[in-house]
Amino acid sequence: MKPAAFAYDDPTELGEALALLARDGEDVKVLAGGQSLVPLLNFRLARPDRLVDLNRVEELAYLRRDGDMLRIGALARHADLERSEEVAAGWPLLAQAVRFVGHAPIRSRGTVCGSVAHADPAAELPVALAALGARFHVRSVRGSRTLAADELFLSFLTTALEPDELLVEIEVPPPPAGSWSAFVEHARTHGDFALGGAAAVVGPGEARLALLAAGPAPVRAGEAEALVVAGADAAEAAEAAVAGLELTGPDADWRRALLRELARRALEEAGA
Amino acid sequence: MTRRIAVELNGRLVEADVEPRLLLSDFIRHRAGLHGTHVGCEQGVCGACTVQLEGEPVRSCLLLAVQADGRSLRTVEGLAPAEGLHPLQAAFQERHALQCGFCTPGFLMTAEAFLRDRPDPTEGEIREALAGNLCRCTGYRGIIEAVELAAERLRRP
Repeated sequence: MKPAAFAYDDPTELGEALALLARDGEDVKVLAGGQSLVPLLNFRLARPDRLVDLNRVEELAYLRRDGDMLRIGALARHADLERSEEVAAGWPLLAQAVRFVGHAPIRSRGTVCGSVAHADPAAELPVALAALGARFHVRSVRGSRTLAADELFLSFLTTALEPDELLVEIEVPPPPAGSWSAFVEHARTHGDFALGGAAAVVGPGEARLALLAAGPAPVRAGEAEALVVAGADAAEAAEAAVAGLELTGPDADWRRALLRELARRALEEAGA
Repeated sequence: MTRRIAVELNGRLVEADVEPRLLLSDFIRHRAGLHGTHVGCEQGVCGACTVQLEGEPVRSCLLLAVQADGRSLRTVEGLAPAEGLHPLQAAFQERHALQCGFCTPGFLMTAEAFLRDRPDPTEGEIREALAGNLCRCTGYRGIIEAVELAAERLRRP
């Protein structure tokens, strides 16, 4: 099995990469970790004219604390997040969620920004980042812009990124002071695509709940969050979190029950 | 359009002209002639083609050979010392952790990297670490036991 032929560039500078993405009349794809793109190439479901490989753009290979903020560059790997003591101490939800991303050989290669740009609604980190109120910095030769999660994630495998735009950095604010967090999911085997999941952050006067595989994009359960803040117990809030979900198909009832239970566990583990 | 690449493969420099679309797994088998890396699903699911790039376990069917240019690569052929077997290989043999052997190189390369990170793992951690490698013969019991045994021996050589 091999991919259809493509032109290949591996620039060493961001400006060069952005210029390549802006080429007219070509279907250009960004290659970072390749853990989602390369299977699609192998099956020839994706047949881009050109690949722009970011792996040699060293200025994008960072994961660092900057004042209060965590900054995740486009080449930061899942394994970097998993091993970071600063992340474990300051953004425990990300450390909890990343353990569920694929398997070690996937995490050593796959990137956080790549997972976000791929926008699979069953992916862990987009959900955890949505719960943390992350901001997504996007660049192109035309300029730069910053999006929130609900502006970036549009639908299944679909984001607001234009073809010439690159997600260069994710900026994650600190979780609320005194908060606890939890990430739970259910998959047939650890590392498989999750059938459902929930991320919760609960602190004094504040609650965040986001659901995985609950719709075409990460779902923030605003009503459930308000209930937790108002003093409702986790079971009641979890019920509200799944009440409005538009789940379809023969397994919709089963998935709703699963998501309700996972939301309850996440909220309870986070102290609601 | 081909590119000249140079890869350090098990300590030996291998140079080749490759098309950008050549998968690393095919480079290892067909260009470098090392057939220990097995190719199963070619979609990143089965783990049979797992090798180590700069010491990190990776699926070689999900990398392009051009991406390994200038990097160091280790395959199952680079695991055993000049004489004898690596402790993991010896433990796999003793605990009947393989039957047909197709998946074995991937398990070994995954487990070797895992034990470097976690020299004293619990059984649950071993199961989680190997969840990305499929074996259709053994039922996994022997594989888990072999990794436990190898971990013990590697801790007290």
